[in-house]
Amino acid sequence: MSELSELYQEVILDHNKSPRNFHRLADANRRAEGYNPLCGDQITVYVKVEDDVIKEISFEGSGCAISKASASMMTDSLKGRTTAEAEALFDRVHKMLKGEVNPGDDSHDLGKLAVLSGVCHFPARVKCASLSWHTLRTALKREKEVASTE
Amino acid sequence: MKPAQGVIAPQGLRTGRTVLDVARIREDFPILKQQVHGKPLVYFDNAATSQKPQVVIDTLNRYYATENANIHRGIHFLSELATAEYEETRNKVKRFLNASESREIVFVRGTTEGINLVAQSYGRRFFKEGDEVVISAMEHHSNIVPWQMLCEQVGARLRVIPMNHDGELLLDEYERLLGARTKLVSVAHVSNALGTINPIGRIIESAHRRNIPVLVDGAQAAPHMKVDVQELDCDFYAFSGHKLFGPTGIGVLYGKARHLEAMPPYQGGGDMISLVTFEKTHYNIIPYKFEAGTPHIAGVIGLGAAIDYVSGIGLDAVAAYEGEVLAYATAQLSTIQGLRIIGRAKEKASVLSFVLEGVHPHDIGTVLDREGVAIRAGHHCAMPVMQRFGVPATARASFAFYNTGEEVDVLVRAVRKVLKVFG
Ligand SMILES: Cc1ncc(COP(=O)(O)O)c(C=O)c1O
Repeated sequence: MSELSELYQEVILDHNKSPRNFHRLADANRRAEGYNPLCGDQITVYVKVEDDVIKEISFEGSGCAISKASASMMTDSLKGRTTAEAEALFDRVHKMLKGEVNPGDDSHDLGKLAVLSGVCHFPARVKCASLSWHTLRTALKREKEVASTE
Repeated sequence: MKPAQGVIAPQGLRTGRTVLDVARIREDFPILKQQVHGKPLVYFDNAATSQKPQVVIDTLNRYYATENANIHRGIHFLSELATAEYEETRNKVKRFLNASESREIVFVRGTTEGINLVAQSYGRRFFKEGDEVVISAMEHHSNIVPWQMLCEQVGARLRVIPMNHDGELLLDEYERLLGARTKLVSVAHVSNALGTINPIGRIIESAHRRNIPVLVDGAQAAPHMKVDVQELDCDFYAFSGHKLFGPTGIGVLYGKARHLEAMPPYQGGGDMISLVTFEKTHYNIIPYKFEAGTPHIAGVIGLGAAIDYVSGIGLDAVAAYEGEVLAYATAQLSTIQGLRIIGRAKEKASVLSFVLEGVHPHDIGTVLDREGVAIRAGHHCAMPVMQRFGVPATARASFAFYNTGEEVDVLVRAVRKVLKVFG
């Protein structure tokens, strides 16, 4: 498989075309906007947290296939998880995007997110894939309203 | 003769005689022989920065290897040599822009610094609360933000000339914006996001009828067409060396002598003074008043080599040839379904911005890159332009005289490949 087809795998193209949880969340109690000044990607992540558990999560915005698919898969994989689990997964995803873990190694427990591992061959795109995660982290911490990958 | 790489595609550029020997010109640019991702480099990101001919690279090398010294202060051989070359480049720039005097040429870091210099020096001296500066809807951030900063500082207001859906300024609206409060007009000669060549002659005329000075952002014009600041009668003209086949970190601000003389210094330091005591400092004459500290001497000398190089080719020939490339690329890309060209002004130069239905420009950029094609994807430092056209970003191919019709064909094939990936 070429690096390009590894990047744009079927699953990713599918999430890009029909993103999951792609809407605003009326009863969200956490929210943050993320922005990638390099390419103009913009995203809002909505989370409903109860007792440290992510009950609902969704996103809105515009962006490239990588950022959209990554956000879509993120929302899919975090529903029902605790915020601590989300935080831990963020670290693993980040390592994967930077090419620091072997996606074949199950111990990292990346699940479906492993399809994003091809991004590590495209350094310029790492920020696209991590934007939604940075935004989520901001939302969960509610440090400030706007996340940035810069 | 073997069909050298870089000859015009037979099916393309039929519109006129080919005014340049592009195959030979390409030999002057070592980087163009490169492969990226195993494919020949097709460099279509010239609006971001242009490539450098060997003669510019050699000039920088020669300067550092044999002439390096500080200028305007040494009485030794090398310093005199470096000073002479530095000042000779000022003369070259004067001729290049057809300025009337070389003291009207100020060396700066680039267009951005040139505009900031005018905003902070001219603006802060002459703007009062309630005054207005007029820019256009297609400005690069570097011709927006310095004015916003000035407005914040002095309580002035930014007014914006709107444009139509083809990316052409609405001159009637412009006329209406000009009034007693207008202190300066600052517009791009050529838009980096849309390629529009603005009718700056008319824009300047209208402003001058009301005694309003005009700054022209020439970043995208200087590399592509002949500029005559006396004919235009502009008050300021800024451009960047790196987009003109010269080094990064060097640019030019032209200003009419009477303006420059009336303006306070921009930065303080060495070289910009004539006498310093702790009580009072006497500023140097123009242009030195605006060149504080040790300048980018190598950059200036390298810029001189770049100016010699393009002048040798001739900017009229460059403009004619690039017009053919742009027309060919526009026609070819227009055959692709779902592709929309952003910026359809009648007068355009060397920039082709487009979007593909259902594919984000960033993804276009990545696929093209793997085909060896370098374009820019993003908002091109012109976010208001993106908002105007309702797109988050565009893909932008921008041309120089070393580009060919064959390369355009590679681009078109690569865009078709994008559609296949995202089909
Ligand atoms: C129209 C325009 N103005 C200003 C600039 C800023 O030039 P520089 O970054 O060299 O200062 C650019 C560069 O992209 C430009 O295209």
